[in-house]
Amino acid sequence: MTVPVDRVRLLRGMLRIRRFEEKCAELYSAGKIRGFLHLYIGEEAVATGAMQALQPDDAVLATYREHGHALARGIGANVLMAEMYGKQEGCSRGRGGSMHIFDAQTRFYGGNAIVAGALPMAAGFALADKLANRPRVTACFFGEGAVAEGEFHEAMNLASLWKLPVLFLCENNLYAMGTALARSEADVDLCEKARSYRMPAQAVDGMDVEAVMAATQTAVSAVRACGGPQFIEYKTYRFRAHSMFDPELYRSKTEVEQWKQRCPIVAYTRLLEASGDIDGAGLAALEQAIAAEIGSAVAFAEAGSWEPVSQLTRDVYTLRSA
Amino acid sequence: MSQNVVTVRTTYRDALRAAHREALQRDPRVFLMGEDVGRYGGSYAVSKGLLAEFGEERIRDTPLSESGFVGAGIGAALNGMLPIVEVMTCNFSLLALDQIVNNAATLRHMSGGQFSVPLVIRMATGAGRQLAAQHSHSFEGWYAHIPGIRIVTPATLEDARGMLWTALQDPDPVIMFENAMLYNLEGELAENAGAVDIDRAAVRRAGDALTLLTYGGSLGKTMAAAEQLAAEGVHAEVIDLRSLRPLDMPAIMASLKKTHRMVIVDEGWKSGSLAAEIMARVMEDAFFDLDAPVARVCGVEVPVPYPKHLEDAAIPQVAGIVETALRVAGRHV
Repeated sequence: MTVPVDRVRLLRGMLRIRRFEEKCAELYSAGKIRGFLHLYIGEEAVATGAMQALQPDDAVLATYREHGHALARGIGANVLMAEMYGKQEGCSRGRGGSMHIFDAQTRFYGGNAIVAGALPMAAGFALADKLANRPRVTACFFGEGAVAEGEFHEAMNLASLWKLPVLFLCENNLYAMGTALARSEADVDLCEKARSYRMPAQAVDGMDVEAVMAATQTAVSAVRACGGPQFIEYKTYRFRAHSMFDPELYRSKTEVEQWKQRCPIVAYTRLLEASGDIDGAGLAALEQAIAAEIGSAVAFAEAGSWEPVSQLTRDVYTLRSA
Repeated sequence: MSQNVVTVRTTYRDALRAAHREALQRDPRVFLMGEDVGRYGGSYAVSKGLLAEFGEERIRDTPLSESGFVGAGIGAALNGMLPIVEVMTCNFSLLALDQIVNNAATLRHMSGGQFSVPLVIRMATGAGRQLAAQHSHSFEGWYAHIPGIRIVTPATLEDARGMLWTALQDPDPVIMFENAMLYNLEGELAENAGAVDIDRAAVRRAGDALTLLTYGGSLGKTMAAAEQLAAEGVHAEVIDLRSLRPLDMPAIMASLKKTHRMVIVDEGWKSGSLAAEIMARVMEDAFFDLDAPVARVCGVEVPVPYPKHLEDAAIPQVAGIVETALRVAGRHV
């Protein structure tokens, strides 16, 4: 079955993440968003493309750099922005902030700020589906820094040993905070690590949204057909600092500029213009609609309320009737 | 126990196994996983025979990946199952602390109440088997420090039989600490024994001279101490905490209002211990009810050593409990 790619939809998805996060950076400088803010700018093609391959009843687990995944998964910009503000109208009631986006409706399970911390849980999600005979897939996004953690290896082994329907989606942006992959790994071939657990693995250009989508669809189909896990390495790059506190001493401006030449949004826009999928007017309309949506999200967050301190300990435990 | 209750002779281990069997039979969402729970039959033989009865899907041997399989238990619980995860000893559970503390304990609050983690983690705790400093510690007091999880310590056959089902019904993560010296505990248990509450402390022996407060592996020693004290005319009340988090403070305070004296027996190290927490709360809320300072009999602050005489000296024993109790009761020792 070949469904024509809705290219404008993909472009819109990436652009929406980019503009949302640019607004977040602005709001961070204005003191509206506090704590850590990890921007996804430069990596939008990964979440946008990968999410196309998932169904609504699949589960998604992500990292602390997850605004893009949350938007691409369908969490509304309003509740996402309110969460960034820490308002109780946010998708996690404001308790989590930027790093801990949760949403039951879209089966989005965080927002995990411990590197590799979500991987064992993802294996467990898939185990539950397997035991219950549900034809679902669990998609777990993580950065290449996670491969140095024991939890990565424990989860990869468990998933492969038990043939669990889970996708390990590695976003290789080359730096674990400020440490380059080659400075932390004896073997920088990430797919090789997956294959050492007898897990099928593929590397794909993470700056090409259609390539990301195609690779992820292939992997999802394989999981659904065979049951076992799949690994994808998306080769990508973070254009902005690790967090808003990062002075970026560990990489050269030239390197960043070279990667920016490969901006997934710029490249895809050119492609769509060349193919006639979009023109200047269409692009302007797209930008306008996104700006309006983000403007509304900011207004929603601004109008939101602070959770009363009296509710501080609510939901530490489930409220019992007895 | 009333006279018409039919009882059977059993052990703590067998009572735990019966609890597992009942849970697996009653709810298809329940499964057990951990190191050597299947073919080996469980390192303390709790799950012996369950693999043959329930099959490999539900009795799952795991690799030696504590973080991996505890995390998988959390994920499975989030995704609709009721997993029981066995960790061989609480010392090994330190390898899974990230999953327990950063995920299981936080997810409900951090997600604004959207998700619960109905997971039960069981682990052996405590010294007494000459297993030295990496298999003998008591970390239940540490775990009781963490909001978001519940800590239970079955010390009797009834609780070994009944706490598991209740813990599985609880929407939040529950860690069950089984003192390794209790597995061979033998006695009579009602044939129809079943689920018990996991919230309340229990008065195991009534008395009015002083309160001996304890839990888990120290309960038997404390009961023996109370017997000796009675022979000397000191009638101690023995309270079994059963749940270390939350603590049943009303039960503790009710006993204290009666006895006005208290000794806490806790196998964990003294500094920053659960015993210390209880003392602090008693001081905050019941200072003027006290006729004497609260005392503690705790683990000595040393990695538990291998030789029997040193191991015995490192954890609470009957003689030390009696001696401390007599002092607190105002009796010349």
